[in-house]
Amino acid sequence: MRFGTSWKRFQRRLRYWLNHSEKNRLLREEMEFHIASMIDELVAQGMSEPDGRVAAHRRFGNMTQKSEEARSTWIAHWMSDLAQDLRHAFRGMRRDAGFTAFTILIAGLGIGASCTVFSVVNALLLRPLPFRDPGRLVWITNGDDWTATQTEHFSDLRELNRSFSDLAGWSGYYFPGDSELTGAGEPERLTSVPVTGNLFALLGVEPAIGRSFTAGECQGSYSAPPATLLSYSFWRRRLAADPKVVGRTLTLNGHPVTVVGVLPASFDFASVFAPGTPIDIFIPWPLADKTKPMGNTMKIIGRLKPGATLRGAQAEFTVLGKQLESQHPERNKIAPTLVPLEQHVSGPVSPALFVLACAVGVVMLIVCANLSNLQLARLGTRQKEMAMRTALGAGRSRLLRQMLTESVALSCCGAVLGLALAVAGTRELAHLHAFNLPLLESVRIDGSALLFTLLVAIASGVLFGLLPALRVTALSLREGMQDASRGSSGGKGHAWVRDGLVVSELAFACILLVGAGLLIRSFLRVLDVNLGFQPERATALRIDPSFRIPGFAQQNSFIDEVLRRTRSVPGTLAAGITDVLPLRGDRSWAVSAVGQVYGKSHPPPEPFIRVVSDGYFEAAGIPLRLGREFTERDRASSERVVVVNETLARTLWPGQNPVGQMITTDGGRQVVGVVADVRHAALETASGSEMYLPMRQTGDYAAMQLVVRTALPPVSLAAGIRTALRPIDPNLPVREFVAFQDLVDKAVSPRRFLVLFLAGFAAFALILASLGIYAVISYSVSQRVQEIGIRMALGASPTNVQSRILLRTLRLAALGLALGMAASRVLTSALESLLFGVTPGDPVTFIGIGALLIVVAALAGYFPARRASRIDPMVALRAS
Amino acid sequence: MGTDKPKADLLPGTLDMMVLKILTRGHLHGYAIAQLIQQLSDDLLRVEEGSLYPALQRLELNGWIEGEWGLSASNRRARFYTLTSDGRKHLNAEATRYRQVTGAVARIMGFT
Repeated sequence: MRFGTSWKRFQRRLRYWLNHSEKNRLLREEMEFHIASMIDELVAQGMSEPDGRVAAHRRFGNMTQKSEEARSTWIAHWMSDLAQDLRHAFRGMRRDAGFTAFTILIAGLGIGASCTVFSVVNALLLRPLPFRDPGRLVWITNGDDWTATQTEHFSDLRELNRSFSDLAGWSGYYFPGDSELTGAGEPERLTSVPVTGNLFALLGVEPAIGRSFTAGECQGSYSAPPATLLSYSFWRRRLAADPKVVGRTLTLNGHPVTVVGVLPASFDFASVFAPGTPIDIFIPWPLADKTKPMGNTMKIIGRLKPGATLRGAQAEFTVLGKQLESQHPERNKIAPTLVPLEQHVSGPVSPALFVLACAVGVVMLIVCANLSNLQLARLGTRQKEMAMRTALGAGRSRLLRQMLTESVALSCCGAVLGLALAVAGTRELAHLHAFNLPLLESVRIDGSALLFTLLVAIASGVLFGLLPALRVTALSLREGMQDASRGSSGGKGHAWVRDGLVVSELAFACILLVGAGLLIRSFLRVLDVNLGFQPERATALRIDPSFRIPGFAQQNSFIDEVLRRTRSVPGTLAAGITDVLPLRGDRSWAVSAVGQVYGKSHPPPEPFIRVVSDGYFEAAGIPLRLGREFTERDRASSERVVVVNETLARTLWPGQNPVGQMITTDGGRQVVGVVADVRHAALETASGSEMYLPMRQTGDYAAMQLVVRTALPPVSLAAGIRTALRPIDPNLPVREFVAFQDLVDKAVSPRRFLVLFLAGFAAFALILASLGIYAVISYSVSQRVQEIGIRMALGASPTNVQSRILLRTLRLAALGLALGMAASRVLTSALESLLFGVTPGDPVTFIGIGALLIVVAALAGYFPARRASRIDPMVALRAS
Repeated sequence: MGTDKPKADLLPGTLDMMVLKILTRGHLHGYAIAQLIQQLSDDLLRVEEGSLYPALQRLELNGWIEGEWGLSASNRRARFYTLTSDGRKHLNAEATRYRQVTGAVARIMGFT
């Protein structure tokens, strides 16, 4: 059938169905004409008029039935049946409001959770990255997933390769607040990213206003870029979305830069490449400029040519890397590693998301088991209704369909509630900025999430309605019409099904609880890690002076002045300056000790470099292990000194006293002290080597972070420090104090995200499972009032009755627990990569969760058991 | 539920085909269609009213016939049906198919 005609037919059917009362009347009129004609004919044949009428009606048959038959062609049967069933369902819902509300609430919570998790998974994993043809974008690193590449290598690779239509890059060494904006309005530190001019074209991003960088703009000087592209959010926030912004001049680090364009709102660089650090502006990166930073500084991204494969490109780049290394021994090592950009962005979060998706699936199963159980409990009342319908001629499939329609209608109502919850939940997640997860800002309820919700609603409705529907329709007519609800033997199979549901609920809840338990314990272990510094009450403020510092003397008097004034603010316990805050930044140099020989097999260690002033160790809470800290007297003119961490000391001088040793790096320095290791990369990874240079002896740093340890809450100190520093530099932007605790919180936020979700799901599962036990036990008590009455009349004590019921509860719980524990033991090994400091078979978690579940089950069984023990045998027996 | 199928004494689809064929004679109401089928088959085929009206609804929904209200010879309001061009095409197709089927059946039964 051609589409056009079937569409026309559908339209006609729909029209008929919509006007069905009018159509029905006309059909009857048509049929009445038929009868009238028949009467006419019979009368013409000699019959009397009344006889003719009777005969005609007899021949024609039941007009209502005929018209229904005729009408059935208007629209498929199922549709009118559906309408009828829905009417029944809603009538039923009104009749049993408590049950309905409970069902909708439970289903709504479950569906809301599913929909939220789906939206997160959709945004982070399923939806393509917000760039043109993102499947052809490739992330190119140097060795491991995070090491950057030297710009010289980048230029050569870009020129020599044949696999990519283009390569682009940006500086991996930008930090929050790198640039200072002065001029009109309050001075402000901006986060700026130096990018190659072709980056936006390569990603397929068109500026919303203006244009991208020209080749000329990418030839300027690194420290004073001639042009800038604004991020959409910065343009809105700082420039009030000025439509004529292109051509305006901003003062950046004391130099004028021209705004050439504004990037579109849909382009969120930070959320893809650097979650948690919003970017304000982009500046061109002049690759040929001699003043640009040396070393491995560049993050590279490439777009594969049509027809080129990742494997082929990798092979080519491996060869190119070797070739470049042999041609340019003076440069850093290069071993290009290619991964699809999508994998680079969402790869690290996918195990956690997979766990979340499984967890929410288990939650939905528990929800269904619970609702199924609830429906089964109501079967007593429904049974008679169904028997009546059967007696009136409804077939089994028709009844089955009615029951399923009811449960699906309920779950769809739940889905409406769930959607509302999910909309609120995703909005909260997208705007929270509390979690360092890529693309989290783009989490929202979209078309696919709506479709998913609908599918979940229907699937869960069928799932939790199927069992009760099968049961109720399987019961014979006779059984239903008699009042069979009495006596202890009423429905043995029935009880078995419900017990099975409760056991599976408990088993599922057990799996979730064990998973959540393991992750919570890992989280606590991570928080318990010895950071090497003390984040409490330490706070940092970026204080790079807005004026040029021409020499060491001026620089050091600036440092002296800042520290003196800060330390005089009441409440300050310690103050110092550093160039890099913990958990941010990873500049490293190769360092060799005097008197040691290094080669290919024995390379020198590459510690992270920190440039700090006196007082920093105390302010950050980094304990001194040996020797001394830096002092005010470590100046340009005095002996060149260095402080190392324990790991570096152990690596360079194993078994020797490191204090007094010399290193050859940076013109030769003497070790004066050893400090504790600081976790600089992540809380979970052990610290590497670190080396601290005194700030007063070097100019080789990119930022000045004033770190203050306070006795008061850091917030209350901010105003005092601001006032104290104003005389030194009136232009000092003091927008942001960064609490060290925030640095730690940011670093653990992906883990916290997972733990919060999973703990919530586990708690929900526990509540549902305990409700399930409670419902089953108290139902069985109410079914067996008589039996219990007889037992008590025959001499069973209330304690005896109570313990029998409790035992039954505990038997169910033990069975569920055993199944759940066994399944957990198998499943938790999949969690291994997410755990920290605990094994997947962690006995503490397993035993703790087991005990928790038994206690909860016992409590859920206790109340019905107590009720049973208070049954008065006389009342119970008389009631029958 | 099977109520919209023609009665078993007719081959499936034949009622629809016959109604369409009758309507090639001009526009007719349901009663006249039933009468004509009966007469033309020498009273061998009698159309059940219970099948006729669903068949008419079905044909109209498919766009093969069109119904219109008018006055009958006895001056009563009746619904008259006419064949559409789609209906004519469908009739030809059905007739060809029917001839093939009955021919095949007849050959097997040795009627020819």
